[in-house]
Amino acid sequence: MKYKHLASVLVLSAVLFGCKPVKQYQKQFINDAEMDLSAKKSQKFETNFQAYREGASGAGGGKTGGGCGCN
Amino acid sequence: MRKITFAALACFFQVLAAFSQETKDTVYKSRKLKTEEINFVSGYYHQNGDHSAVTGGIGTEKLTDLSNTIEVKLVRSDRRNNDHSLNIELGIDHYSSASSDKIDPSTISSPSHADTRIYPSVGYTIKNQHNFSIGLTGSASNEFDYHSWGAGLNIGKSSPDNNTDFNLKLQAYWDSWKLIYPIELRPPGYGTGGEDGGPVIWTPRNSYSASFSFSRVINARMQVSLLLDLITQNGMLATNYQRVYFDNNTAKPELLPDSRFKLPVGIRFNWFLPGEVILRSYYRYYSDNWGLKAHTAELEAPVKLSPFFSISPFYRFYWQDQADYFAPYRQHRPGDVFYTSDYDLSRFSSHYFGSSFRWVPANGVFHIGKWNSLELRYGHYMRSNDLNSDMITMALKFK
Repeated sequence: MKYKHLASVLVLSAVLFGCKPVKQYQKQFINDAEMDLSAKKSQKFETNFQAYREGASGAGGGKTGGGCGCN
Repeated sequence: MRKITFAALACFFQVLAAFSQETKDTVYKSRKLKTEEINFVSGYYHQNGDHSAVTGGIGTEKLTDLSNTIEVKLVRSDRRNNDHSLNIELGIDHYSSASSDKIDPSTISSPSHADTRIYPSVGYTIKNQHNFSIGLTGSASNEFDYHSWGAGLNIGKSSPDNNTDFNLKLQAYWDSWKLIYPIELRPPGYGTGGEDGGPVIWTPRNSYSASFSFSRVINARMQVSLLLDLITQNGMLATNYQRVYFDNNTAKPELLPDSRFKLPVGIRFNWFLPGEVILRSYYRYYSDNWGLKAHTAELEAPVKLSPFFSISPFYRFYWQDQADYFAPYRQHRPGDVFYTSDYDLSRFSSHYFGSSFRWVPANGVFHIGKWNSLELRYGHYMRSNDLNSDMITMALKFK
């Protein structure tokens, strides 16, 4: 289990810090609306209902408080 | 001929030089407040199931919800070229719930069987030329038996080349809700919860969260984001009109601890593949001190059929272990300290799949210039404990 966590951290570090700088003029793919790292506007309500119907929420998935949602 | 060539080259380099001199300091930006975009989102949700928490883990969970929001984003720049943005949003939901109608089945219209929730919010952010941003948000939410006030602070910093972003969001919600009991479990003299239905108690529920996100462009086609939330809640976290039946056939209102700490960790990874296909992926691990653990994995693959039209099939898998305080109908023991038969806290897995269609024509949707995009999204949700639901959403953007 310890090795599994270590491997995950190493892979993640390699991905995050082994990146090559991308110039502004090379970002035609990165700047595409579908590449946006946040949830889409059309997902707004479905992430809310998932937060109501499931025990987990947060980390970019659904609201973390405010409003009831207890029905 | 040579003269013409030299003249053309000189002209070309002059244009290049003009662009290279155009730094952030000299780019003209309008200082007047102007509308950058307006978003309308409208959704219809319908669910059905057979494990209602109001009736102790048995009975209909039929529910419909109609949600609408409008969001207006205004921007301006000041003398120092700081970018200011103001976001104003108003949301209105209307739901009807068959299970909530069982709080008092003898009445035609018991409290909370149908309700309208109104939730306005406003946010103001300033971003300077060093890519540092700071913003404040305020929100409110009001429904028949529940009021909520929220405030937030956002701080963000991007690298000079905009390849790395760090964001911190601190958020607090101060909620209060009306304690409503099922008819047979109401203390003597306690109100129904309806208008002029007698005295009732309002009780607080507070939520505080710190959300961290770190985003990085990996290469010209990939980017990744790491997400971490620390969330704490206190106050009335149980829903008092949800019944729990014990193995000796007695019943009580649901009772849960008055504090909860949640720790979700997530990662998003987006990849623009060759051939106009994009992979949007998301994974989250969640854990809390009620013993609930969950995994969420999501994959969406927008396919660009043309520069203006894309279709995006998606699939989401979710699994959770049950909270320590859950037991099904008539399986709790009278000596249990905390108890719930809410199947939202039970052990289950779920599948959610569907597709969305996005249309962003060059001349505006239906040739209406300011109507920038139209998106339709449909999804079907299946939970392993027999809850099924459908959701359809329409999102319109005007720019």
